[in-house]
Amino acid sequence: MRFKLERRETVSGLGLVAAPVIAVLATLLIGTAMFLVLGLDPLAAFRIYFIDPLTDPYTLQELVVKACPLLLIGLGLVFCYRANRWNIGAEGQYVAGAVLGSIVAIATNGGEGGWWILPAMLAMGAIGGALWGLVPAFLRVRFGASEILTSLMLVYVAQLGLDYLVRGPWRDPAGFNFPKSVSFDPAATVPLLMEDGRMHAGILIAIVVVIVAAFVLGRTLVGFSIELGGSAPRAAAFAGFDERRVTYGVFAVSGALAGLAGIIEVAGPIGNLQPSISPGYGFTAIIAAVLGRLNPFGVVLSSLVLALTYIGGEAAQISLKMPFDVTRVFQGTMLIAILAADVLVRYRVRRVEAPARDAAKVTAHA
Amino acid sequence: MRKILSMAVGLSVGLAAGLGLMGGAQAAEKLKAAWVYVGPVGDFGYSYQHDQGRKAVEKAFGDKVETTFVENVQEGPDAERVIEQLARAGNKLIFTTSFGFMEPTLKVAKRNPSVLFEHATGYKRAKNVATYNAKFHEGRYIIGQIAAKMSKSGTVGYIASFPIPEVIAGINSFMLGAQSVNPNMKVKIVWVNSWFDPAKEADAAKALIDQGADIIAQHTDSPAAMQAAEQRGVKAFGQSSDMINFGPHAQLTAIVDDWAPYYIDRVKLTLDGKWTSTDTWDGLKEGVVHMAPYTNMPDDVKTMAETTEAAIKSGALHPFKGPIYKQDGTLMVKEGEVMSDKDILSLNWYVKGIDDKVPGQ
Repeated sequence: MRFKLERRETVSGLGLVAAPVIAVLATLLIGTAMFLVLGLDPLAAFRIYFIDPLTDPYTLQELVVKACPLLLIGLGLVFCYRANRWNIGAEGQYVAGAVLGSIVAIATNGGEGGWWILPAMLAMGAIGGALWGLVPAFLRVRFGASEILTSLMLVYVAQLGLDYLVRGPWRDPAGFNFPKSVSFDPAATVPLLMEDGRMHAGILIAIVVVIVAAFVLGRTLVGFSIELGGSAPRAAAFAGFDERRVTYGVFAVSGALAGLAGIIEVAGPIGNLQPSISPGYGFTAIIAAVLGRLNPFGVVLSSLVLALTYIGGEAAQISLKMPFDVTRVFQGTMLIAILAADVLVRYRVRRVEAPARDAAKVTAHA
Repeated sequence: MRKILSMAVGLSVGLAAGLGLMGGAQAAEKLKAAWVYVGPVGDFGYSYQHDQGRKAVEKAFGDKVETTFVENVQEGPDAERVIEQLARAGNKLIFTTSFGFMEPTLKVAKRNPSVLFEHATGYKRAKNVATYNAKFHEGRYIIGQIAAKMSKSGTVGYIASFPIPEVIAGINSFMLGAQSVNPNMKVKIVWVNSWFDPAKEADAAKALIDQGADIIAQHTDSPAAMQAAEQRGVKAFGQSSDMINFGPHAQLTAIVDDWAPYYIDRVKLTLDGKWTSTDTWDGLKEGVVHMAPYTNMPDDVKTMAETTEAAIKSGALHPFKGPIYKQDGTLMVKEGEVMSDKDILSLNWYVKGIDDKVPGQ
């Protein structure tokens, strides 16, 4: 006996609304069971996870700070995934952007500063990410290499490059050999928006990008060519859209946004280059993009939800003394529930009576 | 409106600080103390030992303190938020136990002047940020001597984490100890560029054994290298915690971090309102570093190790006593002198006899 997923011909509107509700209910149910087994108060856990971070001005800012890189990278991935190009290496593009952008900060460190430093850093960051993203695009177009593999492998190349730089040429001369660059000057730092907290101007850039991305994808010929190239490549070819140009284009945009996220993070919350500059944002952003249904506004929502689960998880460790692994299991439960509900609305599970081979035999006998 | 708000905030912060001092003087209120770990508490190495120290605090002070910890905190943008959240959750004494938490700790400390911070292994302090570390290199001198006695091939494999002064000083101390027994000892060093990466640590151990090393020393946090040594039938030294369970036939001894005395002392000072920002660097004598039982070795080696340990404790022996030569033969510490703490803490060169290059130089 086998099971098969079949695409539903019509997706009911009710189902689309009900899916997230069912997902949340399932999460709460499984979560309650898990917390009860561990001897934790489920109500307190849910309050700390989902309510408290949203009611404190400090954690609200933190939520946005944590969501910012996910949002920027996720938006870029929307371009790729809509075009059916599977960029898995946003983490590497993030690092490449951070490195290239930091050249400006490190070269001007201790100097007189100037208004141009930060914009130059951001531009270099975007270029760095885009160049790193264009490598798998080139390999795909020129040699037909799978961009899934090449983009992923380039992540490690970028990370090790960063590692080399902060331990070697860019090491802080006053830092006792510790692997970290000089702390960036104020002129090379993303300004904060509030006096108390870490919310920075990178958020404003992200908001602009959301609007531009929504416009380009929804209202322009470029957006249409990406969409068509992804869903019906042959039709796109007949319509005269150049498949190679789409590949280069979406990888460049996706890489640039990841690179921008990288340099904003380094010039913002971190303040210097160091061996680890991302807790896996480039990979988490893949979830953000898919969870947001490849829609720029959806990605805003999914990035915030993901950020909430991280911050809630930390808060639960602090105030409930919940073990780290439990917070991660709970986060995973929620993501699976959301994705499962999403699949079940769009597809139906059908039992296939007998394996295909036997079925053929039966027909032959008949 | 904004001005009034900020005045109100200022006033309440001032009040809170005042109340905090009063609370300290009377020691009436429960002290909330928190620990931030870079690895999982189940690493059976570095973070595990810090958590043992936290548990010792709970035991020593009972319901006078309430402790919290957050594990697996990345040394990136997340660290600052975790530390800030701990401060906001009412913790008055916060220990951040990894080097990479230095800048985040200082940033949070600046915003929370009424909270006391303690940063392990760093070098930047502030009015409310103290630093602490342990003289692990004292133990490394002893294991260097043991290695030189026990090795048949004359080559030791050394798994190192990052080329920071603490690790360089450890390698130097190890070799000075080894050379005091056998001037021709050789060491092969592999840098794994991580504090905790069991797979890499095990691979490094295997590679070193394949290259002829019959003793493995490590400056990383997991027992993976010990397990590899046990499997391949060579000897090894544990790191941070007693790893005898992972290498019953392999472990010669282990350099154990025991943070309990320091943590208990600092919590007591906080309760008494006498906490000040200090830089603490204790070793074998104070008990922050101690040696696991000497096992799997003949009695004469054991006696030698015990004698050396006693000599370091009494101050009769200093691992960095001259004459010490740099790799190229330059005399760095004269006969009869010892290297200053400051110089040890910023070491970035190898002693003579180490056939390797400090990475990045």
